[in-house]
Amino acid sequence: MVKNLLAAAAVFLLLGAAAYASFFIAPTDVKQGLIYRILFLHVPSAWTGLTAFFISFVANLLYVWRRQPRWDWLGISAAEVGLAFTTVVLVTGPIWAHPVWGIWWTWSPRLTSTFVLWLLYVSYVLLRTLLEEPDRRALLSALFGIFAFIDVPLVFGSIRWWRDQHPQPVVMGEPGSGLDPIMYKVLFFSWFAMMALMTLLIRQRYRLEAMRSDLETMQHELEAA
Amino acid sequence: MSLLPNTAVLFGKELRTEFRSRELLTTTVVFILIVLFMFSISFRPTSDESRQIGPGLLWLAFLFAASLMLQHSFLSEQHNDTLSALRLSVSDPFAIFFAKLAANTLFLLLTELLLLPIFATMYNVPIVPVFHWLLLVFFLGSLGTAIVGTAFSAISAQARMRELLLPLLMLPLLTPILIVSTEVTKGLFDRAPYLQWEGVGFLAVFDLVFLTALWLFGEYLLEE
Amino acid sequence: MPPVSSPVGLRFENIDKRYGGLLALRGVSLTIAPGECVVFAGRNGSGKTTLLRIAARLVRPSRGTLSFSGDSTGGNENTVRPGFVAHATMVYDELTAEENLLLFARLQCVAQPENRVESLLQEVGLEGRRASLVRTFSRGMRQRMAIARALLHEPSVLLLDEPATGLDPQGVTWLAGTIRLLRDSGRTILMSLHGESEISSLGTRAVRLDAGSVVADTRTGATFRSILTFADA
Repeated sequence: MVKNLLAAAAVFLLLGAAAYASFFIAPTDVKQGLIYRILFLHVPSAWTGLTAFFISFVANLLYVWRRQPRWDWLGISAAEVGLAFTTVVLVTGPIWAHPVWGIWWTWSPRLTSTFVLWLLYVSYVLLRTLLEEPDRRALLSALFGIFAFIDVPLVFGSIRWWRDQHPQPVVMGEPGSGLDPIMYKVLFFSWFAMMALMTLLIRQRYRLEAMRSDLETMQHELEAA
Repeated sequence: MSLLPNTAVLFGKELRTEFRSRELLTTTVVFILIVLFMFSISFRPTSDESRQIGPGLLWLAFLFAASLMLQHSFLSEQHNDTLSALRLSVSDPFAIFFAKLAANTLFLLLTELLLLPIFATMYNVPIVPVFHWLLLVFFLGSLGTAIVGTAFSAISAQARMRELLLPLLMLPLLTPILIVSTEVTKGLFDRAPYLQWEGVGFLAVFDLVFLTALWLFGEYLLEE
Repeated sequence: MPPVSSPVGLRFENIDKRYGGLLALRGVSLTIAPGECVVFAGRNGSGKTTLLRIAARLVRPSRGTLSFSGDSTGGNENTVRPGFVAHATMVYDELTAEENLLLFARLQCVAQPENRVESLLQEVGLEGRRASLVRTFSRGMRQRMAIARALLHEPSVLLLDEPATGLDPQGVTWLAGTIRLLRDSGRTILMSLHGESEISSLGTRAVRLDAGSVVADTRTGATFRSILTFADA
């Protein structure tokens, strides 16, 4: 119990430090003013979401190989946390784009890829609700998760190729948008803080899933008796 | 008792079943026709606009149609539990997938070829000079769609809400196919048509990647 | 019927099968000698079907192992392919009787498939309907199709899940005769049945399942009759 509180406290401290750095340590951007600082939330969320999905992918592979319920629990936990971070990317995108460029949405590579990613993992979560038998649910959603993650590099690749055919102005922290060295440091520190948050969230969600699964087993046993 | 003979036998079965009733092909063709017509009504594109948006509409229509048509693939095997009979009879479960995805690719390709002249007429786009290239792009795009759709048909056949589930699973995953196929087709519909080999290569890679994934994991999709 | 070249036995070792929280089979251990004809009795839901599907290798046990023994395995158990007659007929409605059997014969690389299909159609009494779509068949005819399909590759092991379902008395007599021939030619047969009948009397051993466990076995002293008649109690 104490360990949990300490861990949570450490994560919040890290996040606080990252926020402080975003506002006070990173230099001002001449063109965009204050709003550009959302970069330090927008970009690391994308990277963290991707990391969470990768963890889910590995868990899915392990489940198909070993068939132990804990990999199924890890798979769904990491996927949901990844979905949360991905949602942050999709929400901060318009918040950033509107004041600066006057549009709500841009089909920038990051936003487009993230949107597809979001759709893929929403499907993953939805699929699980439509499969009732626990072993079948775990296996089929793991297999879908594997296919979904294999698609990720193809999604990024196809979008980049399309962008190369149709050059667009570089916006919102896309590669080539020209960042200051200090900005990079703050960016990576933000990412570090978010990874800590991700780990915390996955652990909590995992525990919840383990408990839910035990409950389900007990319910079935009661019904059968 | 190897993979290819089993696949050939099952491929024959898939074709025979479909060509006996032709239900799948006819309904799919009509569906795409309706979609193209409705797109055309809502946009009423000029000839230049057709060249711009036509490819996207065409591929969208194909993908929607595929996501409906491919449900049938494994759903049909639930009737009388013929899937178990297949699993008992073949030496490599991948033969079941291989045969089905080959048949599905063929069906998709047939519907596309049937509709291409109609599309060209409705949208005023010349296709004859680039027909062989179009065939290549359609083949690679349909193959990728069939691979993913056939695999996921095995999943959705076991779930609730299966009519909505297959499109939900398939379509986001096929985004790369939509993006690249549309782009390459656009180049072929241009006033000075050109083929983007990078795009063609990308489609081939997509197909190879998912064919391999299906080969590795297919038997687990069929587990009871 | 020619004798089977090398008889095959089976062993279930500590088999569990779990569906969610429900244990369909718990700790089932059975050794079945080559050539035995075992009747499985038990209420609906006692696990008979699950056990047969595990033997058919359609279902993977949650725990425990299934193994086959005998010369024909040649060290590779994957070459044993039991013939399976299930609740569902496992044939295609949209194909004719002949097309169905040819399909499965070719998939299993049966030698001279056309001849084999022809002789089987005659054996099950469907040669007059060989060119009719299975969709037009009665329940009894479909069951004969299912049995024909299971016998295509001349299996050493036969798994029959309530095989008399849908058969009229004539059909049951015919089936009993067929099973007798198969048994006498040395094939190992596992059948799940409800109650006593012409078919159950062919068994050389009976086992009763209840709630997923083996509760009685003629090998360990129970009588045939007691196992079968309590099945519906």
